[in-house]
Amino acid sequence: MTGAADLPAWAALLTAFLVLVGAGLTLAGAIGNLRFGSFFERVHAPTLGSSWGTGAMVLASMLCFSVLGSRPVVHEILIGIFITVTTPVTLMLLARATIYRDRSEGSERVPPRTVMRLPRRGEPNEDAGDTPS
Amino acid sequence: MTAATVLLWSVTAAQVMLVVAMGCYTYRLIRGPRAQDRVLSLDAMYVTAMLLVLTTGIRTGSAIYFEGALIIAVLGFVSSIALAKFLMRGEVIE
Repeated sequence: MTGAADLPAWAALLTAFLVLVGAGLTLAGAIGNLRFGSFFERVHAPTLGSSWGTGAMVLASMLCFSVLGSRPVVHEILIGIFITVTTPVTLMLLARATIYRDRSEGSERVPPRTVMRLPRRGEPNEDAGDTPS
Repeated sequence: MTAATVLLWSVTAAQVMLVVAMGCYTYRLIRGPRAQDRVLSLDAMYVTAMLLVLTTGIRTGSAIYFEGALIIAVLGFVSSIALAKFLMRGEVIE
């Protein structure tokens, strides 16, 4: 505790609050990941830590270093933007891979792939109410 | 109890909470019934480790931990994407 002891009281209290909020949300996400039953429920829980867990921690870091350095320090926002952009990409790719693996194993938990086929020209369109000849 | 003491104790509590969160993810990483659960908990562990490094940066008041946190975030994204692609296709680069 060398640097952060020089903070004024309001900044120290606000930083403490934001740090606790961030860590608490991350812990709640971890416990949710432990308690949910299936993978598709479980994939929601860690986003608690990667949305406002990261957001609150980045805000706390920005506030702490801005007040310590007496100038606006905003480079922590890079981490926030990066996590915000990359977490949906990762989790959607992972969920699609899981759906693909479950389907290829013939699992009952995922809906089957529905085949949509457009009618060819000259063919009766049964969805539009035509009776097949 | 001064404000600096409150900050010190709350940063310590935050570090303990993040370590407990990493413990939960480690349990899921070992127990996880299938491979995608393990990849998910590894990705979440990267985020939690990044937050732990950021908290250590607040505690010591040195800006050098920011770069470590950024590198952990980038490496976590790339490795999770590679593992998800491997689960999908059986190859990473095709």
